[in-house]
Amino acid sequence: MIRGAVRFLDQRTGTAPFLRKTLRYLFPDHWSFLLGEVALYAFIVLVATGIYLTFFFVDSTHQVVYHGPYLPLRGQRMSEAYRSVLDLSVSVKAGLLIRQTHHWAANVFLAAIILHLFRIFFTGAYRKPRDLTYYIGVTMLALALLEGFMGYSLVDDLMSGMGLFIAYAVGLSIPFVGANVMAGLFGGPFPGTESFWPRLYMAHVLLFPVLIGTLLTVHLILVALRHHTQFRRRQAETERTVVGVPLWPGQTPRSLGLMIGVAGVLFLLGGLVQINPIWLWGPFHTYVSTNGAQPDWYLGWLIGALRLVPGWDLEIGGYTVVPNPFWGGVAFPLLVIGFLYLWPWIERRLTGDHGFHNILDRPRDAARRTAIGVAVVTLVLIVLVAGSSDRATVLFGISYDSQVWLYRVLVFVGPVVAGLVAYRVCVELQRGEAVEHERHRAEGEARRAALRPQRTGRPS
Amino acid sequence: MARAKDWLVAALVLLLGRRTRTVRAGAPRLVPKRETDDRAERVALLLLGLSSVCAVAFIVVYALDRLPAQTQLLGLALGLSLLALAAALIVTGKRLVPEEELADDYPPEEHPAEQDDVEQLVDEGVDGISRRRLLKLGLVGAGGALGLAVITPALSFGPFFRVRELVVTPWRSGRRLVDEAGRPLRAAELEEKTLYTAFPEGADDEQQGSPLVLVRLPRQELDLPPELAGYDAEGIVAYSKICTHAGCAVSLYRTPLFPPTEPHPALVCPCHYSTFDPARGGRVVFGPAGRPLPMLPLEIDGKGYLRAKGNFDGPVGPSWWGVRNRKAGS
Repeated sequence: MIRGAVRFLDQRTGTAPFLRKTLRYLFPDHWSFLLGEVALYAFIVLVATGIYLTFFFVDSTHQVVYHGPYLPLRGQRMSEAYRSVLDLSVSVKAGLLIRQTHHWAANVFLAAIILHLFRIFFTGAYRKPRDLTYYIGVTMLALALLEGFMGYSLVDDLMSGMGLFIAYAVGLSIPFVGANVMAGLFGGPFPGTESFWPRLYMAHVLLFPVLIGTLLTVHLILVALRHHTQFRRRQAETERTVVGVPLWPGQTPRSLGLMIGVAGVLFLLGGLVQINPIWLWGPFHTYVSTNGAQPDWYLGWLIGALRLVPGWDLEIGGYTVVPNPFWGGVAFPLLVIGFLYLWPWIERRLTGDHGFHNILDRPRDAARRTAIGVAVVTLVLIVLVAGSSDRATVLFGISYDSQVWLYRVLVFVGPVVAGLVAYRVCVELQRGEAVEHERHRAEGEARRAALRPQRTGRPS
Repeated sequence: MARAKDWLVAALVLLLGRRTRTVRAGAPRLVPKRETDDRAERVALLLLGLSSVCAVAFIVVYALDRLPAQTQLLGLALGLSLLALAAALIVTGKRLVPEEELADDYPPEEHPAEQDDVEQLVDEGVDGISRRRLLKLGLVGAGGALGLAVITPALSFGPFFRVRELVVTPWRSGRRLVDEAGRPLRAAELEEKTLYTAFPEGADDEQQGSPLVLVRLPRQELDLPPELAGYDAEGIVAYSKICTHAGCAVSLYRTPLFPPTEPHPALVCPCHYSTFDPARGGRVVFGPAGRPLPMLPLEIDGKGYLRAKGNFDGPVGPSWWGVRNRKAGS
């Protein structure tokens, strides 16, 4: 059967030599190399569950009155979009499972991308010849953040409406063009006209998934063209020779197992762990908001940034040229994403290293890179935690104002301290290794020296 | 009975019968042979069986009508089915297929000869053209113009240039304040230490310029700036409910339960905790907002109903580059 299939394919495509090579394509083995794969599999689950959801979702903000089976909302005014998701959640069989799995998959997708980014960054995997792969990866991260946000905005529940209004205000704050761009997208001032929802919907289910899918394909092709990076564990692993498990038979069951395992975990989460219970939030209206509203975790750093910036507007001649949301909502994320894009170039400038690298650094091997990376991660993490300070007020009764002031100081002090500590740790680890290495060498020499007189002194 | 025995025998043969085969007899192996692991094979088989059982359970749970916790059971069945399948694959990968660690060459860093060829090929294809620079310019021109033409329909998204709508509100002098149900509000029914939401009578509630927050303050506590003098009606003050920072509804009212720690009443937005002082014209006292909440002048008509005495004293909603601080919208 296999023979027949291969012959069929080869006679029509001439790809038997390619297939033969592909089956023996090597995958260097390290657990951290699987993080990118997890992101890929979460994306596959997202597409599959997302397609199912599109068959039930209605992309309209036309206002209707709810008469469905969920009693607490009966008689309430809501958009058709919200009603369709409510129906999907309470009336459609397995609808809630698919919707919650979709939401969980989005959270896991972003988590896997970011952990994958950490691995790439702290091991120097982005260096030539894989810088192009890296830039595409960073682009996908930015797109995925927007895609996730649009996804939960579409539901038009109270939380999503609040988030969307904030996004509108952030867009509005872009100097000189913000108001025009937002009026254009929304069809007028927020909440805009009914033409906006189909736009948001198409962006979420077509434009962005296709963009991400295309970049993903290019990303994978680039990885395969240049082969994977590897750690230097043995003499065999060099800049010229890749050592690993072949695609067939070693890697195939592992990767398939990981894919199906990721899907399994996501469906378990989707079934057992409630996420975004939109029937509790109720429909959105411009004049309604609630306390304790939090975005999905991967946008926590943006709400944190919006909250931490003091009330500064840049005014010129009485005009608000740069309104406040610009700092936290536009400048800060651009700074972080911009750092990611520029870092390979910055590092080349700092080190003068323009060479090819197939062997990965361990974080300690590049103390400066590790320190800078740790500083940036600390900055984003502090801002993310600051985004939940209202929850800390409710849970622990700590004054909100004093928390905000604490975080305002911490965002400057924290990264510097964390960076210095990371640098110190790297240097100490290097030193420890050097000492160890020296000891091994000295011991070996001593052993040889101890053996030598015996060997030479033995009467023959 | 005999039929059942046949089936049983067939099942046992399937379970216990084994065969190993080689594709090309005599040819050297491409993949090294691995010792057969009987136990691992049985574990994998068991896991595949479990996966099938869970998948069938998913279908059964789906088919049963209106189970309690149906979502949970569905997720459990599907998740376990997938996980069992994944485990079977992992067992296969770890125990049943040969463990190989091979070495291969990385692809060459670059191909200088081919690079040169490509450059030469591209160059020689067009080197017979004499006015290359001019043609190139023409090509760029045509490409640019065509590009512009193609993106022009995006302007239909519009209205990109009617940003004046951003500051329009439905409030007019004499317009009555109503609650969410459309019932006109009487000044007398408003109590201290409570936050009320109000709308312009007969207007669109969802419009940014519509919703108000209303609070009644003791008149001696009012300390409005001079340009807002007389905006209150017997201590009742009205502000736009849309936060001037990022647009969320200002729906929290902090009333001083403990005067030493929280001296003034404040209106708070739950999104980024911009905090406004209702006694001082909506001044920002904390948080990221850059402008005060726009204030609406109020009056009480002969029947005791609250009415607007004009429009807000400044533009409503989050700021943009054309917003002037404290300038009335139309």
